[in-house]
Amino acid sequence: MVTGYLIRRILQAIVVTFFVTLITLALIHLVPGGPVAALLGQKANGPELAYYNRIYGFNRPFIIQYFKWVWAMMHGNFGYSIKNNISVAAEVGLYLPKTLVLVGLGLVVSLIFGIPLGVYQAVKRYTVGDYALTGVSFLGYATPTFFIGFLLIEWFSLDLHIFPSEAPQGSTVGQILSQPRALVLPVFCYAFVAYALWSRYMRSSVMDNLVQDYVRTARAKGASERRVLWGHVFRNSLITIVTLLGLSIPVLVAGAIFVEVVFNYPGMGLEFFNAATSVDLATLMGFTVITTFATIAGNLLADVAYAVLDPRVRYS
Amino acid sequence: MTGMMPETQAAVAPTAAPDGGVSVVEAMELGLQPSVKPRGMLRRGWEVFAENKLALVSLGVIVFIILFCFIGPLIYKTNQVSTNLSQILCHPSAAHLLGCDPLGYDELGRIMVGGQTSLEVGCAAAFVSVVIGMVYGAISGYIGGPVDSFLMRVVDAGLSIPSIMVLIVLSVIFHPNRLTMIFIIAAFYWLGVARLVRGETLTLRTREYVQAVKVLGGTGWRAVLRHILPNAIGTIIVQGTFAVADSILILAGLGFLGFGVQFPSTDWGSILSNGLQYLQSSQNYWWLIYPAGLIIIVTCIAFNFVGDALRDAFETRLQRR
Repeated sequence: MVTGYLIRRILQAIVVTFFVTLITLALIHLVPGGPVAALLGQKANGPELAYYNRIYGFNRPFIIQYFKWVWAMMHGNFGYSIKNNISVAAEVGLYLPKTLVLVGLGLVVSLIFGIPLGVYQAVKRYTVGDYALTGVSFLGYATPTFFIGFLLIEWFSLDLHIFPSEAPQGSTVGQILSQPRALVLPVFCYAFVAYALWSRYMRSSVMDNLVQDYVRTARAKGASERRVLWGHVFRNSLITIVTLLGLSIPVLVAGAIFVEVVFNYPGMGLEFFNAATSVDLATLMGFTVITTFATIAGNLLADVAYAVLDPRVRYS
Repeated sequence: MTGMMPETQAAVAPTAAPDGGVSVVEAMELGLQPSVKPRGMLRRGWEVFAENKLALVSLGVIVFIILFCFIGPLIYKTNQVSTNLSQILCHPSAAHLLGCDPLGYDELGRIMVGGQTSLEVGCAAAFVSVVIGMVYGAISGYIGGPVDSFLMRVVDAGLSIPSIMVLIVLSVIFHPNRLTMIFIIAAFYWLGVARLVRGETLTLRTREYVQAVKVLGGTGWRAVLRHILPNAIGTIIVQGTFAVADSILILAGLGFLGFGVQFPSTDWGSILSNGLQYLQSSQNYWWLIYPAGLIIIVTCIAFNFVGDALRDAFETRLQRR
């Protein structure tokens, strides 16, 4: 039963990957004058364009370019950033670990606050505490991430002088982790945005579960409120969060880009932003494709985890 | 748990008449003619919406902000065309209620002009994505089968590419102005709408009245346009409301990164990020930062409250049918 579902789901993911790569390559060809014109600048003349088009293979038919590109990616070649004189794969190796530190710490902090507070809101719904926390998560949603970041810098760095305003600098994960004080503000900023997400979902998920029949049954057989909440409702609500984690990678990526730009955190998001300002198409394309693969994998994992945790999914 | 009680009562309440008599639903079940004429869908929706005081206040806030941005410049006249170097960073005064920005523009007037861009782009992007998503989703759900699978895998693919990355790449490719920003935002936002409408269509197309269209010889287009979409309109409008808030935030974020609308046009996000550069200066230039930040937050929260209330209103309509 699980294997059938798994195979169907993996096939779907492969089809999605095909479309995604197609869309990404088409995107690069949308650049006015073609990708080579973006590389050489406005003063490039016809022969130069033709020469570099031939070198990079942009004069071949689209479908040939596509397969060559996919073939290269299957061999770990995601392109070469001429602006930085380094391969995109090497760039990823350099910046991804540092971004993972930020995202990982941010996620842990946001979940530590988001899950229990979401449960609290659902149990004490329509009370002052619930409304106050709903207000907080609405603020987390409606405030632009960069504004939160700057406010944190204003309050905790410029006014109170507790934490430095800049994220830790360094080329390795070890160097980043060796400056925990500098990590606090970026991680907190990231966690606040993610917190708004988890607490809202946790609240509605627990509230949905509290009115289910199995809760009534548990109460009827004499289970204590504590047992009903933590033994039954909490476990079922957690399933939603597990799936959500896999599905929210695009949101988490967006958060990482803004937090890294605001705090000058040396990760993939900042590098992507720099690539965009210098029109470094190879890096833009490579990072987009790699993040997209991660999203597809995350969606797949989320669905599989959901099927494993909740047997009802497999049979439908 | 005592907290449970209000919920259960609320769930039962709609079927019981408030005056203790036989409710409309019960009367129909008993085969009696309803004593009161059923009210129209919009009327009932509005009644539920109006019960939500928070939503009414939010609606008022939205109307006020729209008037502020579009009628405001007619009352509070400022020069938003040429810079005035003698007024750079001037403090709030009677002549300039919120002071001036680094180029000598009146800040309050700037927020009005920027708000026009934010609201126009937000609403237009929401409208375009809702229309495209609606048609795409309805067609996909109505046809079903392999066509549906194909169309939905395309949507899955689009949703797998982190939107912010596509937005940045598109802003690099196209020279961002108001019109291109609308289509850049709509280019990925319609995907989510399409998926939602498709789900709604899947449940609606099995209903008897949609089946009846086929039996009576109606075309698929007629079933989609006249019967499925009008019944999915609740989902669509709610989604459109959230889309406005999301689009304003996206535009603000792109403005901060420098990929939003370009000078001399401006939007709330660009105003805010320009002001944030003066955060670390020795003087306190609060008027460059907090008014613009606050109006973004208030607008987005207001649109979200209205969206939530609309969802309740439309759901209640379905319950009472």
